Amino acid sequence: MSNKSQCDKHAFQQSRRKVLKGLAAGVGALALPAPNASASAWEAFFQKNFRELDRDELKQVLARLESEYSKEYGKDVTVKATLPIEGVKYGYGLDLSRCIGCRRCVYACVGENNQSREPQIHWIRVLQLNKEKGVALEYAEHYYNPEEVPVEGHFYMPVQCQQCENPPCTKVCPVQATWQENDGIVVVDYNWCIGCRYCMAACPYGARHFNWTKGKLPKEEMNPETHYLGNRPRPTGVVEKCTFCIQRTREQPGRYPACEEICPVGARKFGNLLDPKGEMRYLIENKRVFILKEDLNTQPKFFYFYAT
Amino acid sequence: MKNHVWRSLSLAIGLIAFGATLASAAQVEKFFDRHGNLVVQEKVERYKRRADEGTTFPVPPPPFSEGIFPCSDCHADMTPNPKRRELVEMHDDIVLEHAEGQRWCLDCHNLDDRDKLRLVSGELIPFTESYRLCGQCHGDKYRDWKVGIHGKRTGYWNGEKQYLLCANCHNPHSPRFKALKPLPPPVRPENLNRQGIAEGSEHN
Amino acid sequence: MKNIWNFFKGTLVLTARGSTAYYCWVAGLIVLMVIGALTYLVQLNDGLIITNMRDQVSWGFYISNFTFLVGVAAAAVLLVIPAYVYNWKPIKEIALLGELLAVSAIVMCLLFVTVDIGRPDRFWHLIPFVGILNFPQSLLAWDVAVLNTYLVLNLTIAVYYLYNLYYRREPNKKFMTPLLLFSIPAAISIHTVTAFLYNGLGARPFWNASILAPRFLASAFCSGPAFMILVFLMIRRYTRFQIKDEAIQKIAELIAYAMFINLFLLGAEIFKEYYTGTIHLAPMQYLLQGLHGHSALVPWIWTAMLFNFSAFMIFLVPDTRRNNTTLVLGCVLIFIGVYIEKGMGLVIPGFVPDVLHEIYEYVPTGMEMALAIGIWATGLFVFTMLLRVAIPIMNGDFHVADDGVGFHIGDNMFFLRRADRDRLVADSDEEPATKSGKNV
Repeated sequence: MSNKSQCDKHAFQQSRRKVLKGLAAGVGALALPAPNASASAWEAFFQKNFRELDRDELKQVLARLESEYSKEYGKDVTVKATLPIEGVKYGYGLDLSRCIGCRRCVYACVGENNQSREPQIHWIRVLQLNKEKGVALEYAEHYYNPEEVPVEGHFYMPVQCQQCENPPCTKVCPVQATWQENDGIVVVDYNWCIGCRYCMAACPYGARHFNWTKGKLPKEEMNPETHYLGNRPRPTGVVEKCTFCIQRTREQPGRYPACEEICPVGARKFGNLLDPKGEMRYLIENKRVFILKEDLNTQPKFFYFYAT
Repeated sequence: MKNHVWRSLSLAIGLIAFGATLASAAQVEKFFDRHGNLVVQEKVERYKRRADEGTTFPVPPPPFSEGIFPCSDCHADMTPNPKRRELVEMHDDIVLEHAEGQRWCLDCHNLDDRDKLRLVSGELIPFTESYRLCGQCHGDKYRDWKVGIHGKRTGYWNGEKQYLLCANCHNPHSPRFKALKPLPPPVRPENLNRQGIAEGSEHN
Repeated sequence: MKNIWNFFKGTLVLTARGSTAYYCWVAGLIVLMVIGALTYLVQLNDGLIITNMRDQVSWGFYISNFTFLVGVAAAAVLLVIPAYVYNWKPIKEIALLGELLAVSAIVMCLLFVTVDIGRPDRFWHLIPFVGILNFPQSLLAWDVAVLNTYLVLNLTIAVYYLYNLYYRREPNKKFMTPLLLFSIPAAISIHTVTAFLYNGLGARPFWNASILAPRFLASAFCSGPAFMILVFLMIRRYTRFQIKDEAIQKIAELIAYAMFINLFLLGAEIFKEYYTGTIHLAPMQYLLQGLHGHSALVPWIWTAMLFNFSAFMIFLVPDTRRNNTTLVLGCVLIFIGVYIEKGMGLVIPGFVPDVLHEIYEYVPTGMEMALAIGIWATGLFVFTMLLRVAIPIMNGDFHVADDGVGFHIGDNMFFLRRADRDRLVADSDEEPATKSGKNV
């Protein structure tokens, strides 16, 4: 407790310095780009919603972002805006009888998707559940850290964006900064989001995360293969979420999401729900499957299953 | 006599008719629909035998210990000893924890050609097809593995897939998956300070 | 156009004059406003990390205050209904003050929302046709629409009325009455929409109860009028404006009814959660009893319950209702009680435990509170300025001069006790009140 108050004090001193700095910079429209800001800052300010950009505007926006990020991270960063693939609806399967709760997926996701390291943002939260209680979230342990997993008598359930077919989060956005794409992925336009966090209140899975301050992303760890709606570096004050690794999965051929690729026990499955011969359809038709919080009618495309 | 002929003839006809009914019965399936009504309908074959039956899968090289393969490098000059025993001179690091009461080395390894594995049928297969060997007992896992449900399958979701051999994840002599050290838990919200840096104890 | 400018010039001069108490009050508010503004600068620079909000509890003190103040704003209607629908004169005279409170409360609401959003620079995304307002899908879009409509509506009514009075004209009833009548559904709508904003989230069982909107309205009809009574008593005491006892009594009576409904609905909600005892009980338990050793809100909510119930008794019993001391006490208790119940007591349990049943105990930081105090000061400043202009106009102490261009200020002293005022008037050569009959 004393530690905390000390930190508060320190924080307050820091803040005082910043107040003075802010004052020196000129009290006033601090929220807006400074009058002497670069042209690109104004361009960003007046940028339209992603879905309203025409082809040329999109090209300009992507070029602007690429040059911005390349400069900031000291490497060639590409920002794609690959469109959904016709006839594809992505689905995810997670085998609860296999998952051992090792959290490899959590950190693979952070690396692939350029999440902020400080403050830490994780798109995947792995819950340690009690075998006697079953899938009862009220007994979930979020911060388990034993020497070895799995722990006797427990099983593990990673939770991330469930890519709902009927997403409650997109409906509530006051500015249409988040929406569902044709391939079923729910995305956020980080340049349009106003940061009201209504979507975070609406999401039943805790899948949405807010950039409470400018996130730190080490240059050497930055993944330069990015997508506009996916893993490009995020500005402060906006919401972000899992996109099924849109920058990978929308390619032809498309790699599996990073979390699927890393899983040491092969508990994670991914594929096209519209492909009757695909692995997703096989597991839905042949395995015991459940979706999380089914009663909310969110219709997740994230299927928990038991292979055995 | 004539009577007898007729009798056996009618019996034969009856048998054929009965057989036909049986055969047609096999083409019918009965189940209860969601309203609890009995439905009798012609049998639909939902899952055909997969066309990939007997084909090989793209797998990485088997996870041999350094310098151990080909086995024939050593075994070529040795007289095979089919006697069930505990190995002491070589391979004594292998502890069989895989239904050890019911089997030993030569149930899977081939006596005469050590570079091959041996199915129950007597067919010899290379180590790169070891999944067939495992599949003899673990049929359900083998079936799931082939469609990418059991085990890890990487590559491209809409393109070339990369499989792993059973042995890439499970030590065939001790197949239970080994426990791992988990990666660190997330930062608790109460430990995130104003600079966005985690402080305080890492857990509990 | 010139008239408007002259009127505006007059109000500027008027607001700059007042008693020492008035100056101290305004100076104090300005200091708090500056502190709040500086804190906001820090927040703009560092981000919302300076608050204790986190992903688990993503709305906190700001939105709690916003929710409470929407209720205060909506309560102006309680004065307008009897005044205009039943043409009840005693309240009609003071209904305008309720509208001014509504304006000030809405200003605070908008400020609280502004400081809560992560990208205030993108506010223009909310403007229809310029940006994209997700109407009618998003309840937040609805809220933006109704709050702004309500603000414009009340401001129009008040300014139009005062402006005409200033120029000694009778306000045009054909213009005023429809607006006034429209303000009744508008007031109900702002609070209903705000309730629906929470209500419509299946992810948060604590809010996902249809009783929420009625509860919102019931509690709003307590807190807003309670604040109005306090303001009326002050005005009556420190200005020359007269407010009849029967008006105040009528409002107090209405508060008693509203508080009864509020307590009843709360009881209904508590019964349902506890008797069924599903896992959705957890937030209610967190609020009322504490959950797994986390009980930050428990002392607060019980204080609120106690306050609300005592106030209900005070307003119910005619003797205590008529007694000025207990009346003031009751109003203060209600205001604080509803502030806790409809603020943090409503917002925070929506997030604790969170959707994955994690418990993060949220307590606002000092900076959050400083900013919130700054916004409250801003609201009170706006309200003070509006009263400073409105009361002399309604008293006939501030109106256009006889030349039709300049202005006449009959009362330089705002916020002064009657006795002191009488002495001052006797001592100085200040023009005696023209309508001395009113000044009893």
